[in-house]
Amino acid sequence: MTATQHLHSPPLFDLQETADREWTIRITGDLTIAVAGDIRKALMAALTGKPLTSLVIDLNQVAGTDDYGALVLYELKHRLRLPDDRFRLLNPPDLIKGRLAQMTGTDARPAPPGPGLFSFSFVTQTGERTLEILKEGGNFISFIGALVVAGMRIAGKPKSLRLNDMVRHMKTTGVDALPVVALISALLGLIMAFMSSLQLKQFGANIYVASLVAVSMVSELGPVMTAIIVSGRSGSAYAAEISTMKISEEIDALVTMGFDPVLFLAIPRMLAAVIVIPLLTMFSNLFAIAGGLLIGVTMLDLSAGTYISQTLNSLSLFELCWGLSKSVVFAILISGVGCLRGFQAKGGAAAVGHAATSAVVTSIFLIVLFDSIFAVIRSYWG
Amino acid sequence: MTTSPASPAAVEVRHLRVQYGDALILDDISFAVPPRDILAILGGSGSGKSTLMRHMIGLERPAAGQVFIDKINITQCSARQFNMALKKIGVLFQGSALISSMTVGENVALPIFEFTDFSKPAVDKMVQVKLSLVGLEGYENHFPAEISGGMKKRAGLARALALNPEILFLDEPSAGLDPVTAAEIDRLILDINQQLKTTIIIVTHELASIFAVARQVIMLDKTTKNIIARGTPAQLKTQSAHPYVRQFFNRGLE
Repeated sequence: MTATQHLHSPPLFDLQETADREWTIRITGDLTIAVAGDIRKALMAALTGKPLTSLVIDLNQVAGTDDYGALVLYELKHRLRLPDDRFRLLNPPDLIKGRLAQMTGTDARPAPPGPGLFSFSFVTQTGERTLEILKEGGNFISFIGALVVAGMRIAGKPKSLRLNDMVRHMKTTGVDALPVVALISALLGLIMAFMSSLQLKQFGANIYVASLVAVSMVSELGPVMTAIIVSGRSGSAYAAEISTMKISEEIDALVTMGFDPVLFLAIPRMLAAVIVIPLLTMFSNLFAIAGGLLIGVTMLDLSAGTYISQTLNSLSLFELCWGLSKSVVFAILISGVGCLRGFQAKGGAAAVGHAATSAVVTSIFLIVLFDSIFAVIRSYWG
Repeated sequence: MTTSPASPAAVEVRHLRVQYGDALILDDISFAVPPRDILAILGGSGSGKSTLMRHMIGLERPAAGQVFIDKINITQCSARQFNMALKKIGVLFQGSALISSMTVGENVALPIFEFTDFSKPAVDKMVQVKLSLVGLEGYENHFPAEISGGMKKRAGLARALALNPEILFLDEPSAGLDPVTAAEIDRLILDINQQLKTTIIIVTHELASIFAVARQVIMLDKTTKNIIARGTPAQLKTQSAHPYVRQFFNRGLE
């Protein structure tokens, strides 16, 4: 039916006041899904503002009906808040009567809450959340235990370490991340050098730009930035990969074949991360210093030689080792959390997304937390 | 509990109860599968068939009761004994559960490398043998995502058979396959049973394969949480006193 025909189509119903405050609607055409929307709109418009206490629907001349027709009548009754005795149907077809009874009858209670749905009560919600946190803590502890057991097995039988998988993960976690780590670190070095030079220039202390970039990158920003980039790239990938294996029964299959899933999946990833993340951190330091050097040479009238020698003077071996040992800890956190979140996944496709998200969020939180612990240790160390 | 006598059956389940929180899934399930038999576990959707299988292969711990795999009580045994029991069984999961980052050949080779000391060329030959057993010669270097659903099931079966298990568990081996492929899988199951003398336990609700393959049948029911019928498929179809069982075997037509 085209729009113009539609406009000239016969009225869908007629409306009369048949008694005091009693209105009768006579439906003359179809009452089906094809016209339900129009009828509903027209009826609502026609009845709004009318003094009305009861309604009669005359269905003597109705042509075709379906359950959407019944839904129109249900909504009418519901919107006008009419009790059963003030909402009468004249000669309704069986189908309309049956469906309407189903919609308004005593059986039409709202569905009970599903087993997986959280209750909205504050107390039960608090309780459920507490139990969940306790369970998560338990999972965390048993995961650490499983890691220790797997580590001991490898110590007893080094052949059980899946070396090929480890090398593959070293490539995806390390080599493939190098371009993005290099780019971000170089830009960070550039920004730091530029911003600090604005201040230091006022005192003629341009040369200290080199020290500032070197020290802050090597002991703080290099490890942290690298860890954050890797957690976004690889921590989430570990979680997504393992959780997909979990929901597609691949991990169950490994168990029934006699493999330890933690040894099979988590250990190669964690070892790979522990090896490559400190290396990436070294590269990050190097590229940031190069970025700083670029600013120093082009904007601050420093020669490359002075910049580099000032950089080397301001760094110590201890500083470098401190930064790298941080990055080892971050590597364990990122890969451990990624694997744990993967193993915890339950359910369908949404669980994979949730595992990946929560792996990144948890590991970034832990990176910052452990970084501050390192800062406190350092301040007492002297 | 540990004093209960060992069972001569290949697999025996005694008074198994499965419960998650307050929800009782299975209650007081007992049955035994003699060596070399083919048992089908039937039941409508949600009757706990797959759950029962997960308990029989030790993936989950029951709330009560015992499961014996070739005389080892896997519900109360040491990790070493459990690993021994695992070596006797092969499992084909519903979704095949092939490791998706490995090729079909690597999947089949996985348990062989882990539990034997053969060299790589020798293992490769064995992978060829196992794949030809299920009619998948030449697919060693395909990834699971590159082969069809029926081929995945067969590859999963080849992996389950890799270490010549005495007992094979199959979770809906022919579900979601076309009738011709499903019949091929059924024939394969019978061949394995006859040639390798493997005890086979199948979880299924495909009527055609039940009649083609199963020698014994147990049927689970959602409401009683228990076994409501046991016997041969023919007995259950015609002689069962239980109307639901007859309906199941006659596709709801009574």
